[in-house]
Amino acid sequence: MGPAVAVSELVKDYGAVRAVDGVSFEVERGEVFALLGPNGAGKSTTVEILEGHRTRTAGTVRVLDTDPSSAGAAYRDRIGIVLQSSGIDPELTPREAIDYYGAAYSRRVPTDELIELVELDEKADARISTLSGGQQRRIDMALGLVGDPDVVFLDEPTTGFDPAARRRGWELVERLASEQRAVLLTTHYLDEAEHLADRVAVLAQGRIVAEGTPAELRARAGSALIRFAVPDRVEPVSDLLAPVSGDIVGRGRHVEITTDTPTSDLARITGWAAERGFELEGLTVTTPSLEDVYLSLVADDDDDGAKALDDGDSQT
Amino acid sequence: MRTLWRCIRMQNRIFWRTPVAAFFTLVFPILMLALFTAIFGNDAFDTVYGRVNSSQFYTPGLAVFAAASSTYTGIGINLASRRELGILKRVRGTPLPPWAYLGGVVLSAVWIAALGVAAMVVLGVAAYGVNVEAAKVPAMLLTFAVGSASFAALGLALASVARSVAMAVPTANATLLPLAFISNIFVPFGSETPAWLDLLGNIFPLKHFGLAFGEAMNPFSDAPAFEWHRLGVLLLWLAAGAAVAAWKFSWEPPVISGRSSRRRRRPVPA
Repeated sequence: MGPAVAVSELVKDYGAVRAVDGVSFEVERGEVFALLGPNGAGKSTTVEILEGHRTRTAGTVRVLDTDPSSAGAAYRDRIGIVLQSSGIDPELTPREAIDYYGAAYSRRVPTDELIELVELDEKADARISTLSGGQQRRIDMALGLVGDPDVVFLDEPTTGFDPAARRRGWELVERLASEQRAVLLTTHYLDEAEHLADRVAVLAQGRIVAEGTPAELRARAGSALIRFAVPDRVEPVSDLLAPVSGDIVGRGRHVEITTDTPTSDLARITGWAAERGFELEGLTVTTPSLEDVYLSLVADDDDDGAKALDDGDSQT
Repeated sequence: MRTLWRCIRMQNRIFWRTPVAAFFTLVFPILMLALFTAIFGNDAFDTVYGRVNSSQFYTPGLAVFAAASSTYTGIGINLASRRELGILKRVRGTPLPPWAYLGGVVLSAVWIAALGVAAMVVLGVAAYGVNVEAAKVPAMLLTFAVGSASFAALGLALASVARSVAMAVPTANATLLPLAFISNIFVPFGSETPAWLDLLGNIFPLKHFGLAFGEAMNPFSDAPAFEWHRLGVLLLWLAAGAAVAAWKFSWEPPVISGRSSRRRRRPVPA
C-alpha cells in the first residue's frame, strides 16, 4: 500500500497562466499535511485536482491508488471534502442535510454521532439559514466526515470559528489523523499549521518553496532572531554589523539579525551600543516562528512575481 | 431508484420551505384565472377553440403557464442559485450520482407543475363549469408530460446559460412573460390577430403547449384530441434545451467576488 496521496510534478495551466508549476508531495495515512501559501499560490487548485473537481495539465496524481481525474462515485465514497466554496441548502436543517448527503455513502457515520462530534446538538433541527458562519462550517465538517473517509481534504476548516471552537476543531482534526486517515489541510493560519501539521509545504507562485516538519522549517531561519532599533542620530550601523555572523536585515532604524550564534552576536551588539552610550530600543531575542519563515519565503517570491509582472507589462 | 426518490423528496421539501416560490408558481396563476373571469365575466366569446366561455379559454392557458413557470423558471433559478451557493459543487464531491441530483430537481419541478395544473383544472371545472371529458383526459396527460419535459429541458438550458442568479431571474421573466402574451395565453388570438404575431408565437413552444392542452379540453374537439404536430414542436424544443444544457451546464460556482461572501448569499426564490 503506497501513500494515501502521491502528487508528482503536477502542473495546471489556465490559459497562459501557470497556476501550479511542478508540485510534488506525498501524504501518508495517519498524517496531517498542510499546504500554506498566499491567495493565488495554487493551494486550492492543487487540492481541487486531488478532489477530482479539476483536470490537470501535466504530472501524476494518485489518491488511494486512484487517478482522481477519471475516478467515479467509488472514489468519492472514500474521500471527505470540507471546502470553503461549497454551500449547504439553507432551507434544510443540519440533521436533514447530513441524512441526505450521508445516504450516498457505503460506510456512513450515524447522524447523531456526527451532530455530537461537531457540537450542533442544539441546532440540529434549526434551518441552516439561521445558523452562524461558524456553525455552518461545523456542518461542512460533519458533511465531510459522514462517509467515514480514508482521505480528508480540509480547506481552511476553522475560518469563522471563535477561539474555543477553533481549539475543538483542532482536536477533531488530530483525532482524524489518529484514526489513520490522511488529512490534507490548507490554511491561512500559521499557528494552525504549526499545531496540527506533521509536515508543511509552503506554496508560492505555484511552486513548493519549502517543505518539512514545522520544526525543520523554523530551523531554516536559524536558531535565534535578534531585533532592535537604533536611535535616529546613530550613523550607519554597518561598522557594528560587519563582525556579526548572522543574516542582517535593516529597515531604517530597525534591524533584524537571524543567527545561529546569538550569544556572541548579542555581546558584540550590546558592547557596541554601551561603548557609545545609547540604548537599543525594543531589543529582543526570540526563536523564529513559522510565521517569520513563511513571511520571508513568501516575500522573496512576491518580489520575483512583481518583477515578472513588470517585464510582462513592458512588452505589451 | 431509491436515490432518485430521495432527491425528489429533498427538492420538494426545499420548495415548500420557500413560500415566495410556492406563491408565484401555484397561487399566482390561480389568482389570474379568478381575476380574468371576474374582469371579463364568464361570457362566451370567439376564440381559436370556437365560441366558448372566458373560463374555458383561460383555464388551459393558465394551467400551461403554471406548468411552464414551475419547470422553466423554477428549474432555471433553482439550479443557478444552488450553483452560486456552491451546493452543486458539493454534490460533485460526494458519491451521490449527478443524474440523481438533477433528476430530483427536474422531477420535483414537474410534480409541482402537475399540482398547479390539477388545481387549475379542478377550480375551472368546479367554479366555472369548464369542460373536461374522460375520453380526452389521455391527451391532457400526454400534453402535460411532453410540455413539462420540454420546459424542464429549457430550464436546464437557462441554468446553463445564465451563470448567476442575478442573470437567471430577469432572463426567465423576460422570456416567459412576453412569450405568454404572444402565445394565446393572456390574450385570446382570433381571426383578427396579425399573421406575423401568429407566426412568431408558432416558433416558440408555449403556444403549442397551450393550444394542445386547450384542444384536449375544448368542448368542440373530437376525442382523443391529440395534437401531434404541436407535441412534435415541443419535442424539438426539448431536444434543443437538452443540447444546450449538455453543452454548457456547469457545477462550478461562478467567480463573482470574494469567496468568503458566499455565506451571506441566500437563494433567490422564483
